[in-house]
Amino acid sequence: MSSLTYAVADSATMLRRTLRHVLRYPAMLAASLGVPVILLLLFVGILGRTLGAGLNDGHAAGATHTGGYIDYVAPGIILMAVSSGCMATSVAVCVDLTEGIINRFRTMAISRAALLTGHVLASVIQTSVATALVIGVAVAMGWRPTGGPLAWLAAIGLLELLSFALTWLAVAIGLVSKTPESSSNTPMLIQFLPFLGSAFVPAASMPAGVRWFAEYQPFTPVNETLRGLLTGTAIGDNAWIALAWCLGILALGYWWARTVFRRGRLR
Amino acid sequence: MAHQSARQPARESASPQAGIVEPGPAPALVTRALRKSFGEKPVLDGIDLSVAAGTVFALLGPNGAGKTTTVHILSTLIAADAGRAQVAGHDVAAEPDAVRAAIGVTGQFSAVDNLLTGRENLILMADLHRLGKVEGRRRAEQLLRRFELADAADQRVMAYSGGMRRRLDLAMTLVGEPRVIFLDEPTTGLDPRSRRELWALIRRLVAGGVTVFLTTQYLEEADRLADHVAVLDRGRIVAQGSPAELKRLVPGGHIRLRFADARSLDLAAGFLEFSARDDESFTAQVPSDGAVSALRKVLDRLDAAGVEAEELSVHLPDLDDVFLALTGRGHEASAPDEQNRTAQPERKTTS
Repeated sequence: MSSLTYAVADSATMLRRTLRHVLRYPAMLAASLGVPVILLLLFVGILGRTLGAGLNDGHAAGATHTGGYIDYVAPGIILMAVSSGCMATSVAVCVDLTEGIINRFRTMAISRAALLTGHVLASVIQTSVATALVIGVAVAMGWRPTGGPLAWLAAIGLLELLSFALTWLAVAIGLVSKTPESSSNTPMLIQFLPFLGSAFVPAASMPAGVRWFAEYQPFTPVNETLRGLLTGTAIGDNAWIALAWCLGILALGYWWARTVFRRGRLR
Repeated sequence: MAHQSARQPARESASPQAGIVEPGPAPALVTRALRKSFGEKPVLDGIDLSVAAGTVFALLGPNGAGKTTTVHILSTLIAADAGRAQVAGHDVAAEPDAVRAAIGVTGQFSAVDNLLTGRENLILMADLHRLGKVEGRRRAEQLLRRFELADAADQRVMAYSGGMRRRLDLAMTLVGEPRVIFLDEPTTGLDPRSRRELWALIRRLVAGGVTVFLTTQYLEEADRLADHVAVLDRGRIVAQGSPAELKRLVPGGHIRLRFADARSLDLAAGFLEFSARDDESFTAQVPSDGAVSALRKVLDRLDAAGVEAEELSVHLPDLDDVFLALTGRGHEASAPDEQNRTAQPERKTTS
């Protein structure tokens, strides 16, 4: 067997291991699913009418937007499903490191990258499932996306790319975190970053300082692209900016994780 | 401090050959002038070891002596700063994967997957050794039986006791049928019963022909398991030899007697041979190997002379004594003393 075959076989073994963890302790999956669903219920069911009204009256950029608030907020909620799903990986990676099993793997003649590859693949699969479920809940609550098959394909592609990129970032954070508890703090910030973007209300409606941040942070272009693809709002340059952000985060996360992992960390 | 006169183990080598490389079966593990520092702090200061294949070798030393660092270097986890190490005929720096294929490591902290069951942990190892489904399952079942984990095979490891966890850890190490096994303080933190069980398991391993490299802080553990012991102190090997040879270095056990007053102490001094005495606390030590007959002799003499001892205790040699004998200080001693260390002649064994 070649070293590539080994790498594939070892990664598959590690993927099975991580997926088994997820199935055995679905709390993590439930949490990454629960947050977006609760926010969906809160923002659409309770705050939706007022937020939707405010959106239609006062906001010029939202002029094309005539549907209920759920049409506006659903893409942002889907994005949160992706970000919270990926960030659970930090904890899983950190637990592996603190439990010492990583030292066992390091002393075995297995592919070095297999452990990380297993975590990343498991996370992408897990996040895809969670995201699909969140989309299902949104549709059940009255979201009516208008995008055609091609638009959906592009949206799914963008979401998978984002989850791949965020997962590598999460792996790096997990690798540098000292304890599983602290490994869940930094990702929490990233998880709630969509809040400070155009997910819930348009960036243009925010106070100056926040608006500046909201307009230039990575989730906003992704959110606008998603919204455009699925509900037909204007996308503009956002697609390319979103793509650039995703690839940038992917490159940074992958490089960071690889560097830290190679350097090795012993307790 | 009697460190300058500390005796080194007398080499009563059965093998006549001398020199670095001896004829006969190649050693399972060799190190030459191995050095490692963490920052400014030297941890290993030139380690030379040779472990014959099929034997148990114990690296004995206190916390912080460099035992775990040695295991980490030999098991390819970290690189040495200088020196060479060969395990199972392969250089750890040049051919780490060849070394990894030949070794199994059970570290000081258990390296098991808490979220999986015992059986799943073993099958994970089998998959990573690419044993195939049927063979992997067969070996997992066999190890579960051998390590008395069959009943708990389907329980999550999280629910295992410390002893079970350690047994599973060792079982996982054996899945790949390693030729050289590293056990880093395998019984630290275990209760006496689990410790004895693990000792029995380790002894059975060696009967199967593997080489075991063990680190421990317990002289008793080295004594029970090892064919050859090296004492590591502050990154240097201060003595090597068989357990019997090492124990001969120790001034040994003694009976400690405490008397009611100076008069009794003086009287006893007349007919007992004191190796130490303290007039302040009215205590004295009589050399003893711990045998009942020797103890009876002391008591009989006290009786015959009508001298009453307030208190009596028997002390057997332990790691502290070995350390005291070899380095002139107890192993809890904290203040580093460079003079002592460099003055300490290093004993090298060549067989």
